[in-house]
Amino acid sequence: MNVAVIGRMPSSLFKSGLQKGSSIAIGYMPVAFTFGLLAKSSGLSLFEAVGMSIFVFAGAAQYISLTLFAAGISGFEIILTTFIVNIRHLLMSASICEKSADDPKWKKALYSFFITDETFSVAAVQRGNIQAAFMLGVGLIAWSSWVFFSGIGYLVGSGLPTILQESMGIALYALFIGLLVPSARKSLKVILLASIAAVVNSILTFNTPLSTGWTIILSTLIAAVLIELVWKGEKADA
Amino acid sequence: MLDSYIWIILGMAAVTYIPRMLPLVAFRTESIPPILRGVLKNVPYAILGALIFPGIVTFNGELWMGIIGALTAFITAYFGASLIVIVISSIGVLSILSLLFA
Repeated sequence: MNVAVIGRMPSSLFKSGLQKGSSIAIGYMPVAFTFGLLAKSSGLSLFEAVGMSIFVFAGAAQYISLTLFAAGISGFEIILTTFIVNIRHLLMSASICEKSADDPKWKKALYSFFITDETFSVAAVQRGNIQAAFMLGVGLIAWSSWVFFSGIGYLVGSGLPTILQESMGIALYALFIGLLVPSARKSLKVILLASIAAVVNSILTFNTPLSTGWTIILSTLIAAVLIELVWKGEKADA
Repeated sequence: MLDSYIWIILGMAAVTYIPRMLPLVAFRTESIPPILRGVLKNVPYAILGALIFPGIVTFNGELWMGIIGALTAFITAYFGASLIVIVISSIGVLSILSLLFA
């Protein structure tokens, strides 16, 4: 009877997660499709390509690994590179932890598998706590799209029409902008956080040999710490 | 050879899952010090900035596509469109422009 007070029912949270995650699913289509395509030309079997999407579920790392597989790099180095590219998830996992509802640990362990740049961003800008059912909804639809279109890309074996492929490449950027704008409209702090990280990341990308994973970690940390120190007196409502 | 690929993929899966899972499962939300909580609250907005720039300006190697796509997303988002509408509008505008001018 006091469901309304405690929060929304898990099933409606799950549906809301599926809904919020559907734009990620669209954004993943061309990226996963191209991954499948490249996996085939890199000499992976269908089973290996789709298996990688099922178990690893990390775009940048999967792309990089293809280059390494094709170059005959040792397994150890491929795994180490994957670790370095994906270490930024530590930061996202810690940030979700700060915002997470009091769910059992096994549920957190389950939904943490679905943390990517995109699912994290969608979940982290929501109002209120992050509930397991919501995160599972976002994660499942994003992951399903990733796995399904990796397989389709492998099987179809030729590119999408160029115009569609190029245009669809904008999807994930549009998603990030769509997530940022509503918060930025209401908060100078949000604008500053995003701007500082954007500038620092651009500087690092063009002036250092650091990989994308590291430039994102560094620029995010620099902006988040700097604003926290400067904004100390203000109420944090970002 | 096939077998060793499978083992590499499983290794990749393990080193990807562990950083995703550890902080969330190992930290207790209440026991995070206030200063760190503040920093972690800032992370989502900072990371969005880093994910958009500089990627959007080097997107497809076509500066105008990135700018027009970003503007479409910005305008639709500014007027309160849902995520799915924002994403589809950006793809739509770029597809139409590519068809007209390519």
